[in-house]
Amino acid sequence: MTFPDFSRLSATALAAKVDGGNVSPLDSINASLARAREAGAGRESLNLILWSNEQLARRDAASLAEGMNRAGKGGRLAGIPIAVKDNLATLGLPTTCASKILAGYVSPYEATAVARLREEGAIVVAKTNMDEFAMGSSTENSAYGPARNPIDLRRVPGGSSGGSAGAVAAGIVPLALGSETGGSVRQPAAFCGVVGVKPTYGRVSRFGLVAFASSLDQIGPIARNVDDAALALEIISGVDPNDSTCSSRKVDTYRDEFLPLATSAEPLDGMTIGVPEEYFPEMLDPGIRALCERSIDLLKSLGAKVVDVKMPNTALAIPVYYIIAPAEASSNLARFDGVRYGARAETAALRDMYAETRSKGFGDEVTRRILLGTYVLSAGYYDAYYRKAQSVRGLITRDFRDAFGRGIDALFTPTTPTTAFAIGALTDPYEMYMSDIFTVTANLAGVPAMSLPIGRVGGLPVGGQIIASHFCESTMFRVAYALEAALGGEAHQ
Amino acid sequence: MTQGKYEMVVGLEVHVQLKTRSKAFCGCSTRFGDPPNTNTCPICLALPGALPVLNEKAVELAARAALALGCTLHPVSVFARKNYFYPDLPKGYQISQFDKPLATAGSVKVDVGDGEKSIGVTRVHMEEDAGKSLHDRYPSATAIDLNRAGVPLIEIVSEPDMRSSKEAGAYLRTLRQILQYLAVSDVSMEEGSLRVDANVSARPVGQKELGTKTEMKNMNSFSGVERALEYEFARQCALLDRGEQVSQQTLLWDAAKGEARVSRTKEGSHDYRYFPEPDLLPLVLHSEWLAGIKASVPELPADRKKRFTDEYKLGNEDIEKLTALPLLSDYFEAAARISGEPKGAANWVMGDVQAAINASGVPISEFRVRPADLGQLIKLVADGLVSRSAAKVIFGQMVETGKPAAQIAHDLSLVQVGDDGAITGWIDEVLAEHPEEAKRYLAGEKKLQGVLVGFVMKKSAGKADPKRVNQLLTSRAGAG
Repeated sequence: MTFPDFSRLSATALAAKVDGGNVSPLDSINASLARAREAGAGRESLNLILWSNEQLARRDAASLAEGMNRAGKGGRLAGIPIAVKDNLATLGLPTTCASKILAGYVSPYEATAVARLREEGAIVVAKTNMDEFAMGSSTENSAYGPARNPIDLRRVPGGSSGGSAGAVAAGIVPLALGSETGGSVRQPAAFCGVVGVKPTYGRVSRFGLVAFASSLDQIGPIARNVDDAALALEIISGVDPNDSTCSSRKVDTYRDEFLPLATSAEPLDGMTIGVPEEYFPEMLDPGIRALCERSIDLLKSLGAKVVDVKMPNTALAIPVYYIIAPAEASSNLARFDGVRYGARAETAALRDMYAETRSKGFGDEVTRRILLGTYVLSAGYYDAYYRKAQSVRGLITRDFRDAFGRGIDALFTPTTPTTAFAIGALTDPYEMYMSDIFTVTANLAGVPAMSLPIGRVGGLPVGGQIIASHFCESTMFRVAYALEAALGGEAHQ
Repeated sequence: MTQGKYEMVVGLEVHVQLKTRSKAFCGCSTRFGDPPNTNTCPICLALPGALPVLNEKAVELAARAALALGCTLHPVSVFARKNYFYPDLPKGYQISQFDKPLATAGSVKVDVGDGEKSIGVTRVHMEEDAGKSLHDRYPSATAIDLNRAGVPLIEIVSEPDMRSSKEAGAYLRTLRQILQYLAVSDVSMEEGSLRVDANVSARPVGQKELGTKTEMKNMNSFSGVERALEYEFARQCALLDRGEQVSQQTLLWDAAKGEARVSRTKEGSHDYRYFPEPDLLPLVLHSEWLAGIKASVPELPADRKKRFTDEYKLGNEDIEKLTALPLLSDYFEAAARISGEPKGAANWVMGDVQAAINASGVPISEFRVRPADLGQLIKLVADGLVSRSAAKVIFGQMVETGKPAAQIAHDLSLVQVGDDGAITGWIDEVLAEHPEEAKRYLAGEKKLQGVLVGFVMKKSAGKADPKRVNQLLTSRAGAG
């Protein structure tokens, strides 16, 4: 390997080396590919990576090097190997959503977020394992088998973006893309001890993200530190003519706002941080509670005023989520019908073709949610379920508006109620659903939220969550950056 | 059969393809007749991850149509997904509008001879077309052509206000004419750019409540709709006469056999699981934009008919013919204005112009004789510079060469001679050559006038102005 510290370098530091000519794009990519082999990222071991093509990655590195020679400089992510969740459309590598129904499918176009990272010099080295169609919280619901947590191989990496979080944690890539519908970036980031961001709904274009629940889905970056995550979000954010729900609001320069605070003794001076009691229920792991309390003390020492806040509708979030998300999913997944692409069962009659293609192509959890969603949208049930869920969603959103309207800049909570659980431990779907209890609210309300490592319990990483108001990613990053610095390296130990 | 005891009640759902260059939610061409699946992209193929983006032009055309139908346009309307599986429906749902449509509460005025009647328009909403299933291409398989998938449509839903097949036909013809005037659609049933589903029921005359309705689909012409309604009404009347119930079902019209077959019963009806389309924001129409659309609504057929009657003093029959198609009526009006001869212009347009257009097969917009040129020709006739028969010859040349009327008249020496000196000379010659007729005519035998005029015309090789020939001959007889 050309440089042994590859796995510890941040994306910004590595890009600076590449841009400065100290490391070639090919060296960087080779280091990533070597690390993937060494860590056993493929099917046989960690099972974090579903698809990769070393030749293609090296070719991309070579053409990047050429482009840099011509232009005299690289982009902000020059030569950075990235891993991309398998539900994001990419050129050259399959996009299967870890589902049999899309076996062998290669997209003829690329997701906006992926294309924007490439424009800055990033190179896609892997498509990562995930819960099928992003439905799950452990990356066990994959047609290609469960992924493993690189911190503890007997445990799940979380999900559904478990492959992406695991690839960053294992030092294979400094940066990855995941997607969120109910916590699928933040929860695996917490389980794997890395940083994961769910942007404001509409901040990042969904074009090329295979839809699960359109009104909740957002693409988010996963990185080893706050700075890298902020940079990646800056790059992928902003208006996209291909997504009508993507905001035309100007993208803030997050890093310009928090980097100068690095030398400040009280970087959070003047900020008010709310701690909602509903996110600290009795069932919360005591170790996680203790780490949260320590982080809260640190926030105070950084100059923030910390106040208690009530979010009375929090408990309704999981039931509301499991009506709205499956309803939208039942419709979004209707296109996988065997007619135009993907797997098709060969039967004589059309109805049988649909039934068999979909029964064989979808796994159990996906089937369960399609059935659930179809039911709640049915004539006679729509008002009782979907309509009511939408109005309760409004109440949950109001909780956030009320809190942020009362002068609170950000909320601090644990990301998950437990640390990474053992593979196969959660067999009851409802138990699994509860692991998103602290994250799903931000998706329902559309507010930005992120998880960063705040320590370990029993050797397993714990995530702290920072939630801000709509399009206030700057505030969120400022708090996260200050807290990360205050925690020092210890959160990763 | 005792149909007289019952009253027919009809409501119509009309799907109209909007004439946009690109599809409703992607940039693909809407061109008709291209090779299968050539006008497709990730969006209209419903590839994983693709998202719809609304075509503003489609909204513009839909809003214009809704305004012209007297509807209230809603400042906020919502797209919804209509979920069902069909091979030519790529996403597994159709993007449509459901409980918050673009426009509601309009009307169309029709007249079937017993006075004007208003047919309510319940709603106008936007949606996308599906693709086409081709069942006759391969012996044991269905082929799918997705060129049409995503083409913008409006659905115009009427109230159950029609009481006869004739009224239904009149409603459809009036609707089509309005849409033609608006230039929002090709409105061709043959090419499928206008499609009609009919809801029909029968009830005893005098009864207020509606009877059980059936839905008739698959008609491919307006007269087919009328025939299908008659057929279904008769069937329902017969059922009711026998004391049986009409069952709610969907029927497919078979034009060749002149009968309908059941396609779906109520039990088999779809649950479309409508819900708001989360990939599109609510459609918000700003008042300034709306004002622009209002200003873009042209003169509608009813207004134009009234104005033509007032301005050009033409008979009802002429007015109907001249206003049938917007471009034809524009053509007439231009020719009438330039010539100052509305009646003459009407006759030319309904006669020679239409015949020439039909014969050449070109659309009127590409017809070689522009209305200004026709106006000039009509003026030449009115001014007595060319004869009516010469004008026909000149028109024929105009169609062929595109040259102006005056030039052709000159080149072919068809300009009439109105000069008294020349005409008097020809009269003198004719009278001299036919002494017997001359004597009798001058003696007062008026019926010889026509014969003598004919001789003079012949002598002048058709160039003499027949009106002036008549006048001069008469004055000669009076003097004698």
